[in-house]
Amino acid sequence: MDALSTFWNIWVFAIVFGTLIACGLLIRFASNQTDDGETTETTGHVYDGIEEYDNPLPRWWVMMFWATIVFAVAYIAAYGLGNMNGFLKVEVDGKQVPWSQTAQWQNEVEQFDIKVAPVFEKYAATPIVELVNNEEALQTGQRIFASNCSVCHGSSAKGSQGFPNLTDNDWLYGGTPEDIVKTITHGRHGMMPAKGLMPTMTDEQIIQTAQYVRSLNDDDLTYDAAQAEAGAGVFAQACTACHGADAKGMLITGAPNLTDNVWLYGGSTKQIEFTIRNGRSGKMPAQGDRFSKEQIHVLAAYVYSLSYKEDTK
Amino acid sequence: MSTAFDHPEYNYKVVRQFAIMTVVWGIVGMAVGVLIAAQLAWPALNFDTPWFSFGRLRPLHTNTVIFAFGGSALFATSYYIVQRTCQTRLFSDTMASFTFWGWQAVIICAAITLPMGLTSTKEYAELEWPIDILIAIVWVTYCVNFIGTIMKRKEKHIYVANWFFAAFMIMVAVLHVGNNIAIPVTMFKSYSAYAGTVDAMVQWWWGHNAVGFFLTAGFLGIMYYFVPKQAERPVYSYRLSIVHFWALISLYVWAGSHHLHYSSLPDWAQTAGMVMSLVLLAPSWGGMINGMMTLSGAWHKLRTDPILRFLVVSLSFYGMSTFEGPMMAIKTVNALSHNTDWTIGHVHSGALGWVAMVSIGAMYHLIPILFGLKPGAMHSTKLINVHFWLATIGTVLYIAAMWVNGIMQGLMWRAVNADGTLTYSFVQSVEASIPGYIVRVIGGALFLTGMLIMAYNVYKTVNRSENAVTAQA
Repeated sequence: MDALSTFWNIWVFAIVFGTLIACGLLIRFASNQTDDGETTETTGHVYDGIEEYDNPLPRWWVMMFWATIVFAVAYIAAYGLGNMNGFLKVEVDGKQVPWSQTAQWQNEVEQFDIKVAPVFEKYAATPIVELVNNEEALQTGQRIFASNCSVCHGSSAKGSQGFPNLTDNDWLYGGTPEDIVKTITHGRHGMMPAKGLMPTMTDEQIIQTAQYVRSLNDDDLTYDAAQAEAGAGVFAQACTACHGADAKGMLITGAPNLTDNVWLYGGSTKQIEFTIRNGRSGKMPAQGDRFSKEQIHVLAAYVYSLSYKEDTK
Repeated sequence: MSTAFDHPEYNYKVVRQFAIMTVVWGIVGMAVGVLIAAQLAWPALNFDTPWFSFGRLRPLHTNTVIFAFGGSALFATSYYIVQRTCQTRLFSDTMASFTFWGWQAVIICAAITLPMGLTSTKEYAELEWPIDILIAIVWVTYCVNFIGTIMKRKEKHIYVANWFFAAFMIMVAVLHVGNNIAIPVTMFKSYSAYAGTVDAMVQWWWGHNAVGFFLTAGFLGIMYYFVPKQAERPVYSYRLSIVHFWALISLYVWAGSHHLHYSSLPDWAQTAGMVMSLVLLAPSWGGMINGMMTLSGAWHKLRTDPILRFLVVSLSFYGMSTFEGPMMAIKTVNALSHNTDWTIGHVHSGALGWVAMVSIGAMYHLIPILFGLKPGAMHSTKLINVHFWLATIGTVLYIAAMWVNGIMQGLMWRAVNADGTLTYSFVQSVEASIPGYIVRVIGGALFLTGMLIMAYNVYKTVNRSENAVTAQA
């Protein structure tokens, strides 16, 4: 923590304790000069017909005031002020350290991890291909997914534009349990440069390439055959390095298969042209720092379970 | 308005103007409040229109109820009280008139710019820099006029209500200017002069003192005149006035950092704000005690006088919310309550229960007098009573709904399963809050209905007074 300079440290103490002491003196002074009885004498001032009694301060109120001042001093002693640490200690990393909000947070995380660790340890030895048969593990995995992954991939894991569908067994970076664990742990960054490897691509060539890409998908019968034919040459030059000569994609670059009618950024002519013209950049953040290996193991099992049955078809 | 009711000695015109606008802006501000409450319960009411959406109307609601309704009430009562208790006319009628038209101009500017989305993004200080400058000019004029009046007083001493008004005015001037220092980029865009955490701290130094000085010290000034006046009893304790006044104004200034618990604000600053907030409990209650005990010997009047009921219930809500506030400032409690509806409930037990009720009581006392009628000659006492019950029930429904929602949200957000995952997603806590949101709409609508009844009652009273004047002529 950045320490305050001596001047500001004294300043903080002077203000806080100065105010508390002033309050103490004020009530002390005001309750001193009194006998206790209620008075029927007014002060003699009259303002627009309003008079004032000068009753003593109610004793319970004065006591309450003192109690809050004592509480304040005790609270400062416990939590600290300026550069002074309080007496309150929290355990972090096996050591007792003075309270700070950061230490409190670290302590809570540690305690929490210790508490939940056994839940995950019992699954750690089971390979993911078997863990998918454990209903309880999958429910836990689903809950982790709901709290952490559903923001992008959707609560049903079906994704949306720019965020892959995790249920269709169509994998950008591979769908083996090991691949999934790797993706979750380290994250992924899929980058398609604008116009592929051909920065000089003209507008006309973009249109042609888009038609060619559409023609690769069996069930697409509405593309322009002449343009598609012209686009084949452009594709070979600009796109095959990543998407492959057969346009079936490449796991190592995360380049999608363009022939399976699954579209990460949309499959309309307009959307494909936009993708070619501007490129795309998709980022899945790494989760390795946020979860233990065992937790990722269970989460990966859940993700794997969403589509593995397709394999056996 | 006829000049026939003009007081030979005092300037009642500006008081009359502000008193009427208190009722008008009360209705406008609370109507927007009911609307945005309904938008939270039924989001379709946003109509997919930017300027009609919750995000833009919410600052309009807060600005209108705090500065238009509350502000007009403060202007009206302070100008009235300072003249009556100093037995002298206002320092300057021109300045008084300037503050009235200037303040109304500020409100109109707010009502135009906020729905357009022009905002400095500082809570309760959303207005952009040209409007901030206008506010500063009007406010300084107000201070000069008020303090000038005190300087030429014919009473030897200064009445306690005027201490509170003076403290409120001076501090609000300092806070407003301090918090709104910004670098203008265009006519309607500026950037705060402060950066990051410092900006947050300055903002909440202002934000909490908008509560402490605008909504508390100022309204205690109202209380100190109208409670003894309406009860026809001497103030309970002069000594208590002195002690709680000085303690209150010196402690409030430091309490703002409790809005920034568990944030990037240094730990010690959070702790300092917390203890100041807690010690504030007794000085706050000092005002409540002094008001309540003033009624000793006059409790029977509550049976027949709904105006006094407004004043007494406002003191009860004041006591309740100034107990709740210090509790919520404790780190451990704040960890649960922060960002939940509990905060909104807390604000409204102060805003509806204390600020609005004490203002309404004061207006019912003032309006017949300002329009040349006998004190207590409102058109219908029965309707004041109806208003009282609508306001009380409305407030209770509102804050109870927000307590339930707030504590429920806090507990749902921190609930975890044995495997460490969150038990509820955020949207589940939103879904669970909807019944509370509907109850809030009902509570707010009741409160608003009361204001409409007040408007009718005021209209009839003013009408009666004008007829009386015509008859005399």
